[in-house]
Amino acid sequence: MNRINKKLSEDKKLLSIYFTAGYPNLNDTVSIIKSLEENGVDMIEIGLPFSDPLADGPTIQDSSTKALKNGMTSQLLFNQLKDIRATVSIPLLIMGYFNPILQYGVEDFCKTCAQIGIDGLIIPDLPVDVYHEKYQAIFEKYGLINVFLITPQTSDERIRFIDSVSQGFIYMVSSASTTGAQKGFGPEQTEYFKRIAAMNLKNPQIVGFGISNHETFKQATEHAKGAIIGSAFIKYLTQKGIHTISNFTSLIK
Amino acid sequence: MSYNVDDKGYYGEFGGAYIPEMLYPNIDELRQNYLKITSEPSFQEEFHQLLKDYVGRPSPLYFAKRLSEKYNTKIYLKREDLNHTGAHKVNNTIGQILLAKRLGKTRIIAETGAGQHGVATATVCALMGIECVVYMGEIDIARQAPNVARMKMLGAKVVPALSGSRTLKDATNEAMRDWINNPLDTHYIVGSVVGPHPFPDMVARFQSVVSEEIKQQLLEKEGTENPHYLIACVGGGSNAAGTYYHYLDNEDVKIIAVEAAGKGVDSGESAATSILGKEGIIHGSKTLLMQTKDGQITEPYSISAGLDYPGVGPMHANLYKTGRAEFIAITDDEAMTAGLELSQLEGIIPAIETSHAFAIFEHKTFKPDDIVVVNLSGRGDKDLQNYIDYFKL
Repeated sequence: MNRINKKLSEDKKLLSIYFTAGYPNLNDTVSIIKSLEENGVDMIEIGLPFSDPLADGPTIQDSSTKALKNGMTSQLLFNQLKDIRATVSIPLLIMGYFNPILQYGVEDFCKTCAQIGIDGLIIPDLPVDVYHEKYQAIFEKYGLINVFLITPQTSDERIRFIDSVSQGFIYMVSSASTTGAQKGFGPEQTEYFKRIAAMNLKNPQIVGFGISNHETFKQATEHAKGAIIGSAFIKYLTQKGIHTISNFTSLIK
Repeated sequence: MSYNVDDKGYYGEFGGAYIPEMLYPNIDELRQNYLKITSEPSFQEEFHQLLKDYVGRPSPLYFAKRLSEKYNTKIYLKREDLNHTGAHKVNNTIGQILLAKRLGKTRIIAETGAGQHGVATATVCALMGIECVVYMGEIDIARQAPNVARMKMLGAKVVPALSGSRTLKDATNEAMRDWINNPLDTHYIVGSVVGPHPFPDMVARFQSVVSEEIKQQLLEKEGTENPHYLIACVGGGSNAAGTYYHYLDNEDVKIIAVEAAGKGVDSGESAATSILGKEGIIHGSKTLLMQTKDGQITEPYSISAGLDYPGVGPMHANLYKTGRAEFIAITDDEAMTAGLELSQLEGIIPAIETSHAFAIFEHKTFKPDDIVVVNLSGRGDKDLQNYIDYFKL
């Protein structure tokens, strides 16, 4: 069983953390992953930086630009993660835009992920329709779970289609926005979270975008299986560095 | 074989809609409606009325006598520079603002490089009384000051794009982010034949008024609808798409696309996408784009702000790949020289983007009887400072 599915079957609300590989320093990747696991995080999204991250707000844009300046590449990330499974067992996903994966070669990319022990991918600009038609067979061949996003504007029909193609969880974008922390969730979000929960989808949902603290984590997971924190964690790394990650995670759950 | 878009939004292997889910509802709404709305008689009537009375169409097809004598061939200029706002860009913004109104949108966003599309968008927003926000790279704001002032005077808000290279590609990223954050009330008027389907096809259709007129005008002047050659400069490629549109599948007519070589194709400072680019995804479209081996999009360079886009529209990527069009790269110096020559032979100061198209005559010899139509896509007013600096006028 894929580590993601195993984790999703646990009877608890999941905390997933996103960070940009190569930020703040080029070789922080493995230390950050180990530290997140030690501090009780349930799942990790390793961001593969891209020059033009059009779904991201300023925080992740900035970390991506710096990571690329630091010298991060797909190949270097794979080299850094080569022995990661000797030390950590937490589910790992790579989140990145499609063009760098396309240039690496979709099949080669998937193959390398499988060899390393990456469990899944999140590719915001690879639409479910194109994935289903062209790439699903490759991902499945290598046992990788591909995660799709839904938003408050996604139609029920499309959510059902995404659910039918998904084999792990659905990434529920909290509101119509790019990534980045906001103050809190209003009644609109609560209604949306409830609406999706009531659809009884095959795949559990994990909420992302706009989760930054204990309060928003609690709100997001009231009706969903878990929540993802990205920008707020990057901001923390920027301010405090990588050695006090426990201070961040202890504030969330 | 057709060089036009197929029903899935592809030109051969290029095109499609590689967009984050957050943009799907907006793109899907457009995809479902753009052909239906634009083919309605009331839309067509309003569109053509505005093109005639407000833009000043049809734009003349002018026989350039002295230029023709110099190069010993028959050169016609399609005078898009005479349109209101000074370039072809307004053909598209008129079409899209009418579409946006019919979709019930109350706010318009746009990206701009040289500022021509920003001005054309701000203009139609003023005309319709709709709020307008234009994203423009910080660097472009500095090198195209007159157009920034125009947009402001027209009531638009100009927002500097501060990320990445702070030019056109980053302005496009910012506009897309704005659209993600404002999915319900906002329409994004994309300025070229780029972006996710249906934008490349929609913009090409609005610009196709150019080739439609060329056919009629050439028939009157030469007794044939078909020139031997069509020539246009290509950044994203909207003036070129408009010039080629009705001739795409007519292979009696040869097509030449002129790209910006910057300081030279191999200089590292170039925007010759077809030669330097590789297949990939930029701004939601599969096309040719300039990128690193690792798939990071690189910064193009051209003296002209309207041509330094790292990608090219999927229609043009397909024209390149299939060999339907000949692509020629022109350096900054060649373009500036050609711009000066056109000014002094014909009394027409072209935009620097357009000057690239005219440099073709030093590169390629045409026969005396060849009919060569060049899209004179924009006027040079906005570039005067660049011409002054370059020629020390």
